[in-house]
Amino acid sequence: MSASGDRAGEQPRAPRGPAGPIPAARAIDRLASSVREAAITAALAFGLFLPLIGFETVTNMRNEVTLKTRWPLLFAITAAVAIGRLAYMLTLGPALGRRRLRAAPAPSAWRARAGGLFVPFAIALVVLYPALVIVLNGSSGALKWIDNFGIQILIYVMLGWGLNIVVGLAGLLDLGYVAFYAVGAYSYALLAKTFGLAFWILLPLAGILASFWGILLGFPVLRLRGDYLAIVTLAFGEIIRIVLVNWVDLTNGYAGIGGIPRPTFFGIPFNAGDDGFAAVFGLEFSPLHRTIFLYYIILALALLTAYVTVRLRRLPVGRAWEALREDEIACRSLGINTTNTKLTAFAMGAMFAGFAGSFFAARQGFISPESFTFIESATILSIVVLGGMGSQIGVAIAAVIMIGGTEIMRELDFLKDIFGQTFDPTQYRMLFFGLAMVVIMVVRPRGLISRREPSVFLRERKTISADLVKEGRG
Amino acid sequence: MAVAGNTLLHVEHLTMRFGGLVAVDDLSFDVNEGEITALIGPNGAGKTTVFNCITGFYHPSEGRLGLRHGDAAAWDMLDALTDSGARYRSQRGGTLFLLERMPDYLITHQARVARTFQNIRLFPGMTVLENLLVAQHNRLMRASGYTLFGILGLSSYGAAERAAIDKARAWLERVGLLDRADDPAGELPYGAQRRLEIARAMCTDPVLLCLDEPAAGLNPRESAELNELLLSIRADRGTSVLLIEHDMSVVMEISDHVIVLDYGVKIADGPPRAVRDDAKVIAAYLGVADEEEVAEVEAEVG
Repeated sequence: MSASGDRAGEQPRAPRGPAGPIPAARAIDRLASSVREAAITAALAFGLFLPLIGFETVTNMRNEVTLKTRWPLLFAITAAVAIGRLAYMLTLGPALGRRRLRAAPAPSAWRARAGGLFVPFAIALVVLYPALVIVLNGSSGALKWIDNFGIQILIYVMLGWGLNIVVGLAGLLDLGYVAFYAVGAYSYALLAKTFGLAFWILLPLAGILASFWGILLGFPVLRLRGDYLAIVTLAFGEIIRIVLVNWVDLTNGYAGIGGIPRPTFFGIPFNAGDDGFAAVFGLEFSPLHRTIFLYYIILALALLTAYVTVRLRRLPVGRAWEALREDEIACRSLGINTTNTKLTAFAMGAMFAGFAGSFFAARQGFISPESFTFIESATILSIVVLGGMGSQIGVAIAAVIMIGGTEIMRELDFLKDIFGQTFDPTQYRMLFFGLAMVVIMVVRPRGLISRREPSVFLRERKTISADLVKEGRG
Repeated sequence: MAVAGNTLLHVEHLTMRFGGLVAVDDLSFDVNEGEITALIGPNGAGKTTVFNCITGFYHPSEGRLGLRHGDAAAWDMLDALTDSGARYRSQRGGTLFLLERMPDYLITHQARVARTFQNIRLFPGMTVLENLLVAQHNRLMRASGYTLFGILGLSSYGAAERAAIDKARAWLERVGLLDRADDPAGELPYGAQRRLEIARAMCTDPVLLCLDEPAAGLNPRESAELNELLLSIRADRGTSVLLIEHDMSVVMEISDHVIVLDYGVKIADGPPRAVRDDAKVIAAYLGVADEEEVAEVEAEVG
């Protein structure tokens, strides 16, 4: 019964009468409905933008707030929205509708082979990335590309992979993931400054401390599911941040912690002194050395995260996580201790956030609670969701698009030539972020890569369609 | 009180209350080793509640649920174990468990009682083979050194996993799903999902298999196959079976012992033939108020 209902819903009927005899009338019909749709959209846009764009408060010379109107801009934007909607209704909309009706084509052999080569190719690319950038930009321009793009994206790839264990595999919605990132960062900063311990000792220690906090969070939320779990984890993230803000004796509050020791190259610091890296290796001093070193550290950490996750998925604990996401009651009936299984997922996810956090502190040299706000958790979670929950490659691609995309907005100076010198593309970063999310979710509702790869097979590896895979309810 | 030697599961004074509702009221029965015991009764009689109590999904309001492994003399420890407050006690090749004291996952893991569900609960997004490997979680977990050795890629885990896959393969062959091993469980037809759920429960190596309406939604041919499967499980492995069933062709053909519940109270207990002719059972099923009317109905039905 439901199957026939679905089918009826999927096949949109022609607007009026049987198709065929009078195409001109149908075209006019479609045009009319598109115009109506565009008019409604324009009215909505007008209502929305009237207070946001139509009016502007300006403080004048005498420090009085005055109201200015911007009618031309408002009407221009409304018209742009209406025309955009009309164009969508006439061209893209019907095409998308037709595509949805077609059955998904079976992946061809060519695509399968390209998919197999994708991972080695991507790894080779990220390993050679610094050299590539130096060749293309020269050593002065390369710093920005390695630091702002390479390192920044890799941090988020690593965080995305860590959260992927909790959300994608175990199906536990965690909105406070940034708390563990903060624990890792502050662990490194405080222990390195107080006890003078080295980066390589503190890196595992920060991971252990973060996973300890992961277990601590895990206990109270074991009984919670779905939305309730999400709210408590959200609160946990805020608690950690507020403790960091208010425990001034330990964390120095909003002022943050500066002068955090930088990682050294097996004891050789990256400075211009006589025993610095450049002098020891007979090179000319350049800040690029440290940046490249940091790039390879975070690359190694991210690859470690990926490797461990891939292995875990094939081990009983990984299968138990996925089984937990599929059906918790069935897990209990099979003798799986769901408490331990959930706690290991929280601990594992938190550990990788702790690694990333201590790397972040070492790279920045300065940390403050500002770096660990809810928006960070939201960014990491959206990377996981957009990438396709459970898919490592999808998460990596999503991190490149979302973080690389927003970073590249800083570079688009040529837009100033189009929109005038006052135009600052950086300010549109969040708009781009939101737009990218909406587009991905419209085109691929279950994320970029939504198919599940089975962890083991008897005869042949068949990917599992996203429709069958559960999202988990906590 | 002496418990008969071949008793596997001994249920005494089991009562389950939900607020003011008494779902199961002072129920006592035995499940014998190597037998197929059927628990039947009209809708809402409390059969699934009894199952949930046995498998630890509910903690009974009152009552004692003893389960024996090994030597029959283990039953002599019943009262001593009850007084001790422990979950189980072993002596001379026999172990006695008190299920009402154990959490659900330990009942499967230690007391080795496996169950299936009335509305099938497979892992639909995992393959058939993965479903059977999840069922062998605890053994594989030990073999992987609680993940530690597994991450490092030590070989002991590889051997254990191969053994687990061989076991899964044997069960798949038995329930006729070997060809579908690499398909997601959610894509199987209904009857195959039922068989897979039984195979998955058997992969936990149970001494007692609890099946909640295994024949629901099966056609007559599939029902007959199910009968064969259950009989062969009992014959080959000596696994005792406790099943809830509405399909009388299954109950009457394969069960050695039938227990009838109505409104949480046991109204009959005995071999299938005796139970079928029991006046109270007929009254419960046909919804007739008293015994004289039962006689009339019986006369009408012939």
